[in-house]
Order: sequence, then C-alpha cells, then structure tokens
Amino acid sequence: MSPAQRKRLGRILLNTAGVLVFLYAIFPVYWMVSTGFKTNDQIFTTEFIPFPTSFTLEHFSRVLTEGVANNSIWLYLRNSAIVALGTVLIGSLFALLSATAIARFRFRGRGSFLITLLVVQMLPAEAMLIPLSVMIRRVGLGDQLLGIIVAQVAVTLPFGIWMLRTFVAAVPKTLEEAAWIDGASRMTTFWKVLFPLVAPGLVATSIFSFITAWNDLVFALYLMSSSEGYTMPVALQYFFGQKGVDWGAIMAGSTLMTIPVVIFFLLVQRRMVSGLVAGAVKG
Amino acid sequence: MANTTTVARGGGSSAPGRRRKRPGGPPRASGLPNWAIPYVLLVPGLLVIAGLLLYPMVQLVIISFQKFGIAQIRGKAAEWVGWANFEKVLATEIFWTSLRNTVVFASIAVTLTLVVGTAVGVLLHKLGKKMSLFVVIGCMFAWAIPPVAQAAIWRSLFDADSGIINWALNLLPDWLSQAVFGRADWTGEPWLNDAFTVYVVLVFCVVWAGFPFIAVSVLAGLKGIPNELYEAARVDGSGAWRTFRKITLPLLKPVFAVLTVLSIIWDFKVYTQLHILLNGPTNREAFNLSMYAVAEAFKPPPKMGTGAAISIVLTIILLIITVFYVRQIVKQEEM
Repeated sequence: MSPAQRKRLGRILLNTAGVLVFLYAIFPVYWMVSTGFKTNDQIFTTEFIPFPTSFTLEHFSRVLTEGVANNSIWLYLRNSAIVALGTVLIGSLFALLSATAIARFRFRGRGSFLITLLVVQMLPAEAMLIPLSVMIRRVGLGDQLLGIIVAQVAVTLPFGIWMLRTFVAAVPKTLEEAAWIDGASRMTTFWKVLFPLVAPGLVATSIFSFITAWNDLVFALYLMSSSEGYTMPVALQYFFGQKGVDWGAIMAGSTLMTIPVVIFFLLVQRRMVSGLVAGAVKG
Repeated sequence: MANTTTVARGGGSSAPGRRRKRPGGPPRASGLPNWAIPYVLLVPGLLVIAGLLLYPMVQLVIISFQKFGIAQIRGKAAEWVGWANFEKVLATEIFWTSLRNTVVFASIAVTLTLVVGTAVGVLLHKLGKKMSLFVVIGCMFAWAIPPVAQAAIWRSLFDADSGIINWALNLLPDWLSQAVFGRADWTGEPWLNDAFTVYVVLVFCVVWAGFPFIAVSVLAGLKGIPNELYEAARVDGSGAWRTFRKITLPLLKPVFAVLTVLSIIWDFKVYTQLHILLNGPTNREAFNLSMYAVAEAFKPPPKMGTGAAISIVLTIILLIITVFYVRQIVKQEEM
C-alpha cells in the first residue's frame, strides 16, 4: 500500500469511528423521541422498528390532558419551572455577590472559604436530604415548592460561586479602576462596568443551576407529599405503574422534560467543562 | 501608568490632608470601610453554606446517634442511643451488599466511562473540523438527557418483551450465544429482576450519559498540547501508541486526576437512575449505599437514625476521595 493510500484508509477508518460514536450517543435519544410518536402496537413488539410507520400524537396529548396522578403534565412542568427558576433567581444573585468578593478582594479567611466551597459541593445530596428534610419541615416549608427551592439553592450554590468566580476574575480590574478615577462609586462601577461583562458567565452559571434543579428527583420526591406539588421527574416515575409500563407516555413525558435541558445545554456546554475541570485544562 | 501611580502615591504621603485618589480603590466606598466590603458581599452566600449545608451536616451526625422516627420528625425530643445505629447497620447483610454494590459498580462504571470518554476525546482530536463538530453535537444530546429520562430510555431498551437488546441478542447465531451466555433464546429475558443484571443496565446507562463530559474535557486538554511536541516525536520515529503514552498521557495527567475523582464521586452516589430502574427502593439486594440510606430514612416507618448512620459512612468515603480532588485543584490553580 502506498503512503497516500494508507492515509486515505486511515481517514475512512477515523470517520467511520466518528459516525459510530455519533450513533451510539444519539440512538437512545432518538429511541426516546420516536417511541413517544409510535402507536402501541409498534411499541409493544419483539420486532425492531427503527422508523415508525405509524405516527401518532396520542401519547403526547394523553400526558398533557389526562396526565398522571390526577394532574396534567402541564402542572408538573410548571412546578419544575417554578422550582428551577426560583433556584436560579436566588442562587445566581447570591453567587454573584460571593464570586465578586472572592475574585476582587483579598481578605482574611478567603483561602478557607474557597476550600470550604470545594468540599461542600462534594457532599452527597442523598445524605443532606435527611437533615434538610427535617429542617425544612420544621420551618413549615414541607410539601411546598419553596422548600424544594431552598434545598436546591443549598445544593447548587457552592458550584455556582466556584464557576462564576473565574468569570469575575477574567474581567480586567483596570476597567473598574478607570471608572473609579472618573468618579464613579463602587455601586455604579459594579452595575455599569462589572455586571455587563460578567453577564455571559452569569447566564452560564444560571443555566447550570436551572438544569440541576430541573432534573432533581431526590429532593422533590421526598419533600413533597401531595401530587399537586410534584415536579416532572417525580411525575414521570408514576408512569411505571403496577399494570405494566406505559412506554408511550413515559417517552412522551421524557421528551417534553428533555427539550428545555437540551436547548440550554447546547448553549453552555463549553463553560460547563471549564467550570468543572477548573484549572486542570490549560489553553 | 506605573509612573502616575508612583506620583500619586508620593504626592499623597508628602501632602497629608489633601484629597488623594488611590488607584487601588474607588474614591469613596459607600459608607463602608474597604476591608468590610468582601465580608458584606459574602453574607448571603455564607448564610446558605453555613445554614443549609454545614449546619445540616452537623445535624446529620447528631441524628446518626439518635433514635429518630416519626415522633421526632414531628418535634418530639430525640433519644440519644450512642453508637447503636452504626452497630445495627454494620450488623445487617444489606449494608455489606450495598457497600459491595456501590464499590464494584463505581469501579466498573468509572473505568469504562474514562476509557470510552478518552478514546472518543482522542478520536475527536484526530477528526476533521466538521466531522468533529458533528460527533460533539451527538454527544451533547447524550450528555443533556436528564437522569430520570436516561434511566427510562435504558430500561426500555432492556425491556423483557419489547426491548431491542433482547431482539439484538436473538440475532446472534445460536451456537455463539450458547457458547458465550449458555442460552440461545432471549425473548422475555427480565433484566431488571436480578440485582446483578440491574447493575449491568445501570453501567450501560451511566457510561452512555457520562462519556461525553470526559471526551470533551480530554479534547480540551489535547488542544492545549503544543503541536511541536508531536512533531518532535514523529521526527524521532516514535509510533502512535508510544507518543500517546509518553507525551499525551503525562501532559494530561492533571486533567485525568480531576476527571477520575469527579467520576468516582458521581458514580459512588448514583441514586436517580437506580431508583427508576428498580421502581423505587424495592429490591434490597440491589441497593447501593445512597439508596439504602434513603430507604431507611424515608420508607415508612421512617428510621432517620440508621439512615443518617449509613449516610455518614457514605459521606466519609466521599470526603476522603474529595481530599484528592481539592489537593489536585489547589495544586493547579492559584486561587
């Protein structure tokens, strides 16, 4: 084989591998969406039907009208949205303030605060669930969406601060100093100079918190007892009923739940990596 | 710039009383002394961390030494039982199967996720620009699926009657299937009845959802390695595998350290996917530590004391692993 031929063969092999990886990644997602649109006789079959020949919106309309546990999926989607947005609103404000403090000031206790942040973001949520649920119920927030928001803020804040800190630090300090020399107060400088420049980072951090809160099953499941307060993940598991599994409804519901996450995800995926791996990835 | 600074400083000290503009700070801090500002900014964050994370952690420790049931949840004073919860938990067989499930699952899932993720990361680096973007977008979808939906998808793929895994296994030639698995007919094979096969499904699910993050991180790391190193290696006649071992791996070591620790932490406490695959905390044989803790604490009658004791064991294991993570981050980053 000539070197040119060998190179071409290598290209072909690489691209084939690329396509295989793509299929491996995308097929289960495709399976979810397509099952949502299949009729039951094409779902409950031992045959493999890659492309549904019967197309139906029956499962989607069923989960949206009839729903599960006596409520339409709309209610659960709305609850999930309330929890996720509430977490984002409270969490990103707090994260912005703390991140500014760490990135812009040198003060006593700063190092210990950073270490504490790294450690608490590793505490397992399943372990925190026990004391948090007791506390949240004691203050009267049990069985309320606000109770889940409180828990979610606690779980997402450490990572939010950690991630946002790099964005604040990336804004050159000379910009603020220039504003100060022009006579701007600290507040004005913060809102007119720092905030607009940190905004993209704030969006990324907010989306991260949104996704975490939106996806959470554990807190929503064990803090809520009445079905009016279920979030989407809690509702979904009710489709795995005693009478057998209603795949059409599950996949339709999963698809509806996944759409906002995928949209947000494609927006911020780069920043998620840089936030998680922090300084480990250089360049 | 540097000059102005010196002048301003010199002028300030030589003429006290004159209004100075220090370049290091604003002309007037809004009523607060400068040293106090960071602390004021930190108040909300600190309150959340102290009140909703550290204080509950202390509570968790306290509860683990108490008899804490439905009456205590309603506000009755709890009775101190010393190490009784821990002794009770350590004496049960479920604790040890849960611990074994947790550790074995995490080691297999972490290894596979890292291997698949690294392979895909290297592949992405070698592919052309368009092809690479195409594959990355595919991976993004796998990564973005919420854990509940991930588990639902894999549960359906492994479904006894309508799952396509059984369909695919039936396609294998009978002699091969017979030789490898000792059976030829897979129709109706219930993957989710037995603890072992539940974890097989869980590994598929977690590796599929977890490899994109590793791949993208490895890709980012690879892009940071200067091309000259590879050229030098090629000139010296080094083969592909040798180059990978002697150049790529050592330079990516810090990335791998963080990725490994993060994966271990995530896979150690996997709960949501297992909950969906098992239909909630039902099959005790298939519990892992976090599910055992949650089941003890929340399945009626709630036994928060023993649940807390299991959580403490899990947390201690995770904190030991976290120490490595923190050390790695601190080493690499000037904070």
